[in-house]
Amino acid sequence: MTIGLGHYLTVAAVLFTMGILGIFLNRKNVIVILMCVELMLLAVNINLVAFSVFQGNIVGQIFAMLVLTVAAAEAAIGLAILVVYFRNRGTIEVEDINAMKG
Amino acid sequence: MILQALAFYVFAAITVASAAMVVVSRNPVYSVLFLILAFFNAAGLFLLIGAEFIAMILVIVYVGAVAVLFLFVVMMLDINLTELREGFLDYFPVGALIGAVLFAELLLGVGIIGAGSTTITGLNAHGAQVMAIDNTRAIGRVLYTQYFYLFQVAGLVLLVAMIGAIVLTLRSRPGVRRQKAGDQINRTKEQSITVVKVPTRGGV
Repeated sequence: MTIGLGHYLTVAAVLFTMGILGIFLNRKNVIVILMCVELMLLAVNINLVAFSVFQGNIVGQIFAMLVLTVAAAEAAIGLAILVVYFRNRGTIEVEDINAMKG
Repeated sequence: MILQALAFYVFAAITVASAAMVVVSRNPVYSVLFLILAFFNAAGLFLLIGAEFIAMILVIVYVGAVAVLFLFVVMMLDINLTELREGFLDYFPVGALIGAVLFAELLLGVGIIGAGSTTITGLNAHGAQVMAIDNTRAIGRVLYTQYFYLFQVAGLVLLVAMIGAIVLTLRSRPGVRRQKAGDQINRTKEQSITVVKVPTRGGV
């Protein structure tokens, strides 16, 4: 019954797959897609922290903090772009985002 | 030990279940709330493994900042929910296929690691020394010395993100009257007052 590295990696794998699946299913809603990206980053963080603890190397947790920082910055910028886009177009459907198409 | 295993399974099950609810939830507000639940339970997983500092940071940053930001934007935008749900199941076969392949690959990786082809279980000497002190102290000892520049770069990333978000969402709306402090301060007596000599009994 000991909880080992494999258990944590499995949870992270399930979370990551869930994020991928969410991106495929919610093709219209950009907000949910951003949330799924956050879920995938959380899975990556679980992996980093699990390896860090079970290997006895603290550097993994430092890197997890950096990933956390980047995730927060990404969410802020993504939502800012989303708000500007909604202000201009009145919709957030992914299929309508083609203004930069050549 | 049995209690720890039980706690792990509870936290893991709730994390995975709320992640699933984030994906399939009909209303984006519910998605955000389930995302918060997933973050809390992931923090519980980190606590179980002994990474207290990352767990607390996860609660503060993800739940306190990122999820609330999501909630704010979801409630601010007036979205047509029924339109967004159209074609939800059209992409399900492809998405499920890719998800299944990816998950199988990841589990294969976990299985290879679990089989012990790479020696990662067990603490090495340096790790045992690091883990002897508490987690926050250990992170601080490494973060502010060896990885100081990385720490500064993280701050820089946040600064750039902040400036970017402000610049993106700032708009000057014409027709809105607002106070211009500079103009008020720069006004001089000569610009605003004229002294008129009024002749006696003449009127202005």
